[in-house]
Parts: sequence; structure tokens; C-alpha cells
Amino acid sequence: MTDRAGEVIHSELEEPITGTRLTPAEQLEPETELFTVNIGPQHPATHGVLRLFCTLEGEVVRDVKPLVGYVHTGIEKSCEDHQYWKTITFVERMDYLSYYFNAMAFCMAVERLLEEEVPPRAQYLRVAHLELNRIASHLFWLGTAILDIGAISPIFYALRDRERVLDLFEMSGGQRMHTRYFQVGGVIEDIPPGWEGEVRKFCKEFETRIDQIEDLLDQNEIFLQRTRNTGIVSEERLLALGVTGPLLRATGNPWDLRKATPYSSYDHFDFKVPVGTIGDNYDRFRVRIQEFRESLKIIEQALDGMPEGPWITTNRKVALPPRHELATSMEALIHHFKLVTEGFRVPPGEAYAAIESPRGELGCYVLADGSAKPARVHMRDPSFVNLQAVPDMARGELIADLITSVAFLDPILGGIDR
Amino acid sequence: MPDATGLELIAQRVREQVAEDAVADTIYHRGQATIEVAPTSVHEVLDYLRDRDDEPWPYLMSLHGVDYLPDEPRLAVHYQLLSMERLDRLNVRARVGVDEPKLPTVVDLFPTADHQEREVFDMFGVVFEGHPDLRRILMPEDYEGFPQRRDFPMGGEPVLFTYNEHELPRWYD
Amino acid sequence: MAEGSARVDLRVQRLRAQQLLRGDIEDEELERQVQERLVFTTLEKAQNWARKNALWPLGYGTACCAIEMITTAAGPRADLSRFGAEVVRASPRQADMLILSGRLSVKWAQVARRLYDQMLEPKWVISMGACASSAGMFNNYALIAGADKFLPIDVYVPGCPPRPEALIYGVLKLQDKIANDPGLGWRKRYNAEGTEEKGGSNA
Repeated sequence: MTDRAGEVIHSELEEPITGTRLTPAEQLEPETELFTVNIGPQHPATHGVLRLFCTLEGEVVRDVKPLVGYVHTGIEKSCEDHQYWKTITFVERMDYLSYYFNAMAFCMAVERLLEEEVPPRAQYLRVAHLELNRIASHLFWLGTAILDIGAISPIFYALRDRERVLDLFEMSGGQRMHTRYFQVGGVIEDIPPGWEGEVRKFCKEFETRIDQIEDLLDQNEIFLQRTRNTGIVSEERLLALGVTGPLLRATGNPWDLRKATPYSSYDHFDFKVPVGTIGDNYDRFRVRIQEFRESLKIIEQALDGMPEGPWITTNRKVALPPRHELATSMEALIHHFKLVTEGFRVPPGEAYAAIESPRGELGCYVLADGSAKPARVHMRDPSFVNLQAVPDMARGELIADLITSVAFLDPILGGIDR
Repeated sequence: MPDATGLELIAQRVREQVAEDAVADTIYHRGQATIEVAPTSVHEVLDYLRDRDDEPWPYLMSLHGVDYLPDEPRLAVHYQLLSMERLDRLNVRARVGVDEPKLPTVVDLFPTADHQEREVFDMFGVVFEGHPDLRRILMPEDYEGFPQRRDFPMGGEPVLFTYNEHELPRWYD
Repeated sequence: MAEGSARVDLRVQRLRAQQLLRGDIEDEELERQVQERLVFTTLEKAQNWARKNALWPLGYGTACCAIEMITTAAGPRADLSRFGAEVVRASPRQADMLILSGRLSVKWAQVARRLYDQMLEPKWVISMGACASSAGMFNNYALIAGADKFLPIDVYVPGCPPRPEALIYGVLKLQDKIANDPGLGWRKRYNAEGTEEKGGSNA
């Protein structure tokens, strides 16, 4: 048996059992041999295809090296070959649980380059969809992270509620995932008439559902033992490592880009930023549970205050004209033709836009060279940077705590590997 | 963002405190400030900006590479700095040519640069001197070529249409 | 009356069954009884029926399609366990269905092949989504354009990502294929006998 410090302690019996003899403890060599284990890319507990190279001493982790790249799709290279509005579909599939956030960061960067104003109704719609996506992403995280710890019930409850959110996305965007709803200049289409009612119904039901999920876990002794005081990294180390998002907020630092540098009219809404105290896995869990409630508040305020107006910019050089105009207006037809075949051109320059995704700061850097295709698109993915905190979280702790820490870190390998 | 005059003041301070030829250019575009520094003085400039400046920038948010193909020098590495107290961002840029793509590493200043420098090395071939473990991170270890460069071919397969499906070899041929 | 005759029928059947067991019935009578009572099938059909209704998928998932696959397998709305495929095994040695969900990059392709090799016969592969069937929208240097370049695939499910209902339809098609297809080993199916690796990773 080893305790957390890695010292070997043996239990000694007075008499041997059924004739066997146990070697007295003084004669045994303590186990200091380091053992390398490959938690391979296909594993039920790694979220996606993360490969962890662990060096163990007994059950205590001495070093962990994450190896990534197994789902590298060359998204950034593909983006250089397609027009801006086609790039949105590529970029959406990067961090595949928070697809609206990817599209939002890219659209914000391009809008900054074009100096395009997004109409207020589009901003409110974007906020509503972003917060719904935050809820969906955290729900999936909840289900799979708790599954990694060993509790099998919460994933069914979490997926049940996630299905409700995906129904809402299907109602507004036409597809459950990767909806291509955000476009440069606004959103592609106005919401259908019943959408607001459905969202309000969902919000009301979800309040009680959060409480239900919390009740399942919060007082559960096994859950508390596995998550309290595990995976602690100090705040300075996290900041030096560039980690943002719920991990940083769990240590007590209230850095949230929605409050710090508000974008897309987030400053119109009244919500709080949940922070933790010591930054262990339990604090990360509580931060995310509280973020559910804050997101619900934001959604309700967005629906209450939704202004009337266009849902995409009226600049025909950037956004498609509405279809009823095509029959009567020649300019609309020409604009439509140019936008669909060639796409809008962005004057040369570069821009970096950062938003707060469920995992941290999601930044998008776009370099435009005057043509209809971007010259370079780089997504600063939060999971890629957060992954560098895994060795710090795991050193000196048991390997089961490594699994918990990786689960509560919420890595999305699509974002890491791009 | 520091505005245009703030940017010029920062550039002036860097020139005084670090080296006269450290700053090559300042760009202020669409409300975002970029300082271009000479490749050899990247480490000193970032060290100065992180600690010693009057308005320090303690956190590195993103380190990414860019290939400006028709312009020389082609490859560039951007360092996106953040100040949480002043809610401000500053972009520092260092350009190197393709024949001598070397830059000093900033892992000792900002530990977050570890994986990100490996990614820039993997995608563009920029060698960071002093990096503890510079290997490919996204492509296989023995891959040849640097995919994100503009002259690297896109790859992939030609799309089969009826006019070319008989000329292109299929896997069962 | 129908009920009365049904009850009479049941009593008559019971009596006949008792006689059958005691061995009291003679040739023709016996043959007629047996034909009425037993279900005829071949052993293969029974085997296929059992196999198709108890597919054990491997816990495999790379990218966005994996999210939809988890939603299909574990989600309460579209639920694969209705069709018998709920036992998701972590080890390829214990699984017999591989749902290739997600993109196949050049680094990952050999891992996928190794997983497929470690699965035991009979095994089936569903290629889920556009990225596993062809390269999807990512026609570039980083992806293998379709898993059928190195794996035999039984069912292709298009979509990006396919809806859970689409994936279930694919699983049902696979079940039809298993029920009607006599040759279960893929080497026999594709005329590839003799192509096993000698001393390779078919451990």
C-alpha cells in the first residue's frame, strides 16, 4: 500500500496464513522503480483522443506528458482556401461542443476588420444563442466528467436536458450542431415565432433540473472525496500558464471577458461571475454549476429586452439581401451574385478578437490581404493552453486523481488539435 | 487597447530602455496596437514589457505564427499580451525570413508559450532557441514539411465528378 | 364461441403435448404435431439473429460525430439500447461493432487500424459522418479521405454530424445486413483470403 506521499507501508500479521510466510517489512526493498504507463489515445476516460504518458511510482504520478495531434484536421489551412462565409463552417467544427463560440470569435474578428456594425437585435440573438450553447456545453461536460469518476446516472440527466437545448437550436438554426447561424454582420435568419416561448419554457424547467443534478452529487460522499483537494494549482501558476475560464475562476480570480471587455452588448445584462476559493476540482464543479444559473439569467434578460430591427447588417456588400428583393431590384441581384460566387472582400489588415467560451478565452486572429479569402486564420483555443496545466495538477497525486483532473479540466480535443 | 499615441509612447519607452533598434515598426489598425520588434531582441523586449515598463503586460494570451507570403520577411510570430488591471491588449510581432527562421524562446518568461511555440515550429518551421522540448506537436513526429506555410500545398484528394472519375485512380485499382 | 373454442383448443393442445411427451402418438399424428408446434430455421439464421440484436459497440470517438454518437447511445431520447447495442465496451477485444465517428487524421489512422485488428471476428464497421466516409469538408493534407482506404466498411451514414435517428437507421441497416448475409468474415466477403499480415500486429 502506498499513501499519498509515496511511502510504502506494509501491514504485518502476527502469524502466517495457512502455512505461508510473509516477508518481514524490514527485509523488503521499497518500490522506487518508475513505471511508464501510456493512457492511450483510445480510452474511455480521456475526452477525445488525448494521449497521456504517465510516469508512475506505485500509484503516485511523478510526471505526465500529454501528447496530442491525433485529430489534427488542418482547419486553419483549409480556411485559407475558402471565402469568409464558408470559413465559418470550418471554424465551427474546431471546438465541437461550443460551436457558436467559434463562429462568434471569427465573426467578431472579421467585423472588426470590416468595421461593420452589428445591429442590436442580432447582438441580443447572438447572446441568447451563446448562453444556450454554454449551458449545452457544460451539460455535456457534466455528464462525461462525472461518468469518468464513476457515477453513471448524471450523464442521462445531462443528456436529456441537452436534447432540449439542441431542439431549440434546431428550431432557430435548422440543425442540432454546427448550425452556421452566426454570419459576419449578424445572424443568418430571424428566430421563428414560437422560439421565445420555447426558450422561456426551457428556462423555467431547467431551474429545477439544475437543483436535481446538484442534489445527486453535492452531498455524495464519494464525489466529495474524489474531487475535494485534488488537482490544485495555484493562481499565479495558472496565470503564468495562460489558463483562463472556469479553472482560473475556481481559484478566486474573477477574470471573465464578458465583464472585463464586454462584447456584443453583454454589458446590458446583469449577471454575476462565480468564483471559487482554492481551485480544486470541487470548486471547478461548483463554478460551472453556478454558471448554469447565471446563463439562464442572461437568456431571460436577452429575451425580455430583445429589440426590433434587422437581424443582419444592412450593408449589402457584406450580407445577402433578403430574397424578396431579388425579384425587383437589380442591385440586390448583383450583390447576391457577387457575394455568393466571390464573397465579400476584406481590406488588408489583421485583427484579434477574444471572447469567453465555456473553457476560457477563445481568440481568433484573422489576417486579411484584400481578397475574398482570409490569408491566415488562427484560433487561440482555450483547451490547448489549459492542457499545459495537467502536469502541474497531477504531479504528486494518485493516478485516479489525474483522471479526475483531466475530466474537470474539460479539454476538447478538436480545439486542441484543430 | 492603447490608442495610437499610447502605442507610440510604449514604442518610445522600449527604444530607450531596451535598445535603439529593437522596435522596427508600430502599427495601429482598427483599434488594435502592434509593435514590430527585431527578432534578436524579442526576449528583452518581452521581459521589459512584462516587468519593468510603467504599464506592465504580465500575461501572454496567444503566441501564433503567420506567413506573409508575398511580403518579405515571410514568417512572423505574434505575441498577444494582456494586462488584467488595465483591461488592455498589445500585440508584439517579430518577423523572420524563411532561410533563417530562428527566434529566442520566451518559455522562461511566460510558461504558457511551451505548447504554443511547439505548434509554431510544427506548422511554420520557426526554431525557438532555448526551448526545452522542441518537437512536433500536431503532425506525426517524422513528418516532413511545414504545413501552414503558404507555399505548402493544400493536399487532399481531387473531388470525383463524372468527367474525371475514370481518369483518377481509385483505391481498388 | 371463439373464446370457448380457443379454450377447447388450449386444452386439446395440452393433452396432445402430454401425449407427445409420453410417447403415446404414432407416426403421422406425430409428424403433424411437430410441424404445428416447432419453428423451423437454420442454425445460421438463429445465429445471425442473435448477433444482430446484441451488437457491442466499441467506445470510440474522435470529434463532433462522437458527441452525437454518445447522445445516441446514452441519450434518453434516441436510445441504441432499444436495438441491443447498449453495452459499450472499452476494450476492442470485447467489442464487435466499430462506429467510426469523427475525423481520421494521418496520425490517428494507424491507431484506428490497430483497434480494428484487435477486434475479434465477426466484426462490423459503421462509418459515421462525412469525415469518416470521405474526408468530409476537410479536403486537405491532414486527413485520410475516408476510412475505406484502410478498413472495410459495412454501412456509411452521411451527415455532418448525422442526427441520432440517422445513426440508428444505419445500425438497423447493419442489422439487416447481418441477418441476410451468410458470410460473416470480411475476408470471405471481399475475396481477401490470404491477405493476413505475417508476423504483423494482428496480436
